[in-house]
Amino acid sequence: MSQGNISLSHGGGGVETQQLIQTLFYRYFDNDLLKQAEDAAVFETSGALAFTTDSFTVTPLFFKGGDIGKLAVAGTVNDLAMMAAQPLYLSCAFMIEEGLPWKTLERLVQSMAQELKKTGAKVVCGDTKVVPKGAVDQVFINTSGIGQLALPTQTAPTAHGLQAGDVIIVSQDIGRHGAVILAERETLQLQTPIESDCTSVWPAVEALLDAGVPLHALRDATRGGVAAVLNEWAQASAVSIDVQEAQVPISESVQGICELLGFEAYDFANEGTFVLSVPASAASDALAILHQFDFCENAAVIGEVLEFQPGLVILSSAWGAQRVLELPQGELLPRIC
Amino acid sequence: MRQTEDHALALQQLYEGFRDPKTLQALAEQITERAQYLSRPLRIMEACGGHTHTVMKYGLKSLLPELIEFIHGPGCPVCIMPKERIDQAIALAQMENTILLTLGDMIRVPGSKTSLAKVSAQGHDVRALYTPMDAIQIAQQHPDKQVVFFAIGFETTTPMTAVVLQQAQQLGLTNLFFHINHVLVPPAVSALLEDDDCRIEALIGPSHVSVIAGAKIYQPLVDSYGLPIVVSGFEPVDVMQSLLMIVEQVLANQPRLQIQYSRAVNWEGNVKAQQLMEQFLQPRATFRWRGLGDIPFSALQLRPEFAQWDAEQVFAHHLSNEALDDHKMCICGDILRGIAQPKDCAVFGRGCDPQRPLGSCMVSSEGACHAYYRYANVPKIPGRSQGAVK
Repeated sequence: MSQGNISLSHGGGGVETQQLIQTLFYRYFDNDLLKQAEDAAVFETSGALAFTTDSFTVTPLFFKGGDIGKLAVAGTVNDLAMMAAQPLYLSCAFMIEEGLPWKTLERLVQSMAQELKKTGAKVVCGDTKVVPKGAVDQVFINTSGIGQLALPTQTAPTAHGLQAGDVIIVSQDIGRHGAVILAERETLQLQTPIESDCTSVWPAVEALLDAGVPLHALRDATRGGVAAVLNEWAQASAVSIDVQEAQVPISESVQGICELLGFEAYDFANEGTFVLSVPASAASDALAILHQFDFCENAAVIGEVLEFQPGLVILSSAWGAQRVLELPQGELLPRIC
Repeated sequence: MRQTEDHALALQQLYEGFRDPKTLQALAEQITERAQYLSRPLRIMEACGGHTHTVMKYGLKSLLPELIEFIHGPGCPVCIMPKERIDQAIALAQMENTILLTLGDMIRVPGSKTSLAKVSAQGHDVRALYTPMDAIQIAQQHPDKQVVFFAIGFETTTPMTAVVLQQAQQLGLTNLFFHINHVLVPPAVSALLEDDDCRIEALIGPSHVSVIAGAKIYQPLVDSYGLPIVVSGFEPVDVMQSLLMIVEQVLANQPRLQIQYSRAVNWEGNVKAQQLMEQFLQPRATFRWRGLGDIPFSALQLRPEFAQWDAEQVFAHHLSNEALDDHKMCICGDILRGIAQPKDCAVFGRGCDPQRPLGSCMVSSEGACHAYYRYANVPKIPGRSQGAVK
């Protein structure tokens, strides 16, 4: 049936809201907990849980390699995975600008359902608000997630867990999501054959855990990119990190955008690329496992953890020069000339 | 960005050879070897912030002998913008029914009270452009608004502003205005050299300026001041090669103008671009440079016949011209003249940092203090030799 556009009445709690829930959310997120249709989902668990939330706003809604729906699932699932927690249950709240085409919302919900299949996580509760035109930009999505820790809490990865002698690994070539979004925004008309790295990484984390790879720290390099992760870790663990620039995987296209505009791939957001700190002795095992996954095919060791100036992240060039890798500051602005 | 056709040039090819570790190391060794014959330290000014960035980002100083000293010049269009003109941009952005367009870091730079970023957060429409040509489209999309392009940059970016004005004229756009802040490299370097305290002994000229204006713009500086000048590219190998060329000139005691960046720079430059600039723009009697003060004929303004597009005239009643000085602790003027280094400044990194800059050199990522703040003073990793190719 042709549904036209989402109107304010779809958020009003009446017939139209019911129609939206039945024909979109129940249909695609189909699971028993959701369909109990109570005020809250009820389930039993045991052991330590991880709990996280994230809100998603992105322009454009659909980009190469993903969309805001896929992002909303992968983002929250990945936050759980980074704590070595198996993603179980998600909530999902939509804030929709009136006039959003029904078809657009349906595509997003379909995309979310597809992404959920990668981990078996379920959307078990949700909410929909429709707001007047201009109050939000098309659609915002919030998801929260609960996951089951796959390790005892004392051995779970933590930002405080880096140790001198660890190596730093990135799971994929860096900066793709940030570069794609930059390239697709209307102001920058570049033709680049890159896709966002947006994906749920739990399968790779699960494989590392199954193989018993000691994971001292894990973090997905979302906003602030790899630069932010490494700086936060160096501070939290009171260590320094020495990154060998030549070993950092960066695709030609991402590097090209950086060269054109004066950015650095370290500062670009990723949505399916994570950073690991593991003992040097476990590095080759970790890489071998990561390379089995197509979303980790370019995983590489990029540096080492040093017992040196706490909080400092150093970039070492192939010609032996060194500089500090700082936390990104402010909005990313292109250079002038 | 690599093209599919075999013959097409990929972006990567434009830089990858120019960051080659072995080439850099070989150049470093050659410079070190030749610099032994220098009788005293050689102070080289890299006029352009882009070169400062290359020197610092790629850690070139750690590859060079101590006798080679850098003086970080006034070539950052954001850094040299005096506060009163930043205030003018802010005043324009705060006008009703207005979209203010500008480039890059200009958004972040604080004026006397606030910044464009802050007035944008307050609801005024301020946009950073990726290319000045977008100004045309924005003006067309918003015929009910006045769109002001706050144009900045050296000779490199000036022709683009002229093209935008040419198009605005051809399209009959009446809602697009230009606030021109284009500045010129040679008058600024001349002003520095005229200073009795000046310690500049050689100059690295920016290649992108000369792609437009030609290498010829520097010849008067060689003739008047006996200054060795090399027009250089921006990749690390370019800069290292240029340094070697300068050292050779000094050792031979034969100061002259050389083009290192022969890939795209010639003597005359882009004559069409120069004609376009001259068609729309003319030298300004004087322009106040942040940190350097008033320098005659060092900047451009729209020609009188384009007054209807000139934001400085159309919106004159919104704009104050009262000169605003930097904080009295700031020594940016001395740094630009080569008399002082960022580390000599009492407020460097303490009262003055990239988030709260007191002076021009800390303002933009291309400023000398900003580059030092970001890249210098990297503690040496124990057991690791700097400057060694791994």
